Amino acid sequence: MNAETLQAQLSKIHEPKGYYFNTDKILVSDLLEALLTNKERYGYMVCPCRLASGDRKKDQDIICPCVYRTEDVAEFGSCYCNLYVSKDWNEGTIKHDFVPERRPVALQF
Amino acid sequence: MTTPDVKIYSLSTCGHCKATKRFLSECNIVYDFVDVDLLEGEERSAILADVRNLNPNCSFPTIQIGGKVIVGFREDEIKEALGLK
Repeated sequence: MNAETLQAQLSKIHEPKGYYFNTDKILVSDLLEALLTNKERYGYMVCPCRLASGDRKKDQDIICPCVYRTEDVAEFGSCYCNLYVSKDWNEGTIKHDFVPERRPVALQF
Repeated sequence: MTTPDVKIYSLSTCGHCKATKRFLSECNIVYDFVDVDLLEGEERSAILADVRNLNPNCSFPTIQIGGKVIVGFREDEIKEALGLK
């Protein structure tokens, strides 16, 4: 599996739900590669922008797409990593604000 | 004016961490970094204690510029802390 194949597979699942890949191709390619690295490292595609514990149960909420994506895309137009974004984000009709960490500290590693 | 010491607590997989490192390099800023996801055991715990001390949310990148702490790739804040604007 390479990043390109992964992107093609994931787009089919997520685009119909309104989650698009960022048009920043380098960022997306880096993040998809990182997801594949994490799949190899931990056995599951955990968020590349967060520190995983390596325990699947503890990391459940941050397995990509994380459970915070819905609220983050609704509020900021982008997930925490800027991997999945809304149409408005890609079209530049909304401000590209920094997406703060929404995951409660208590759930971290 | 001397540039303050810059240290980045990062993840090897994180896009914002990569962007921060790239930005600092483009500004010719020398920085130190540690990719926390590549550490194990006691070494990881010790570094995580340092990160929590600077940023209780323990998110990445946590960037220390002199006495200032910046959480996330916030270009304007980084420039300001470096005296670039």
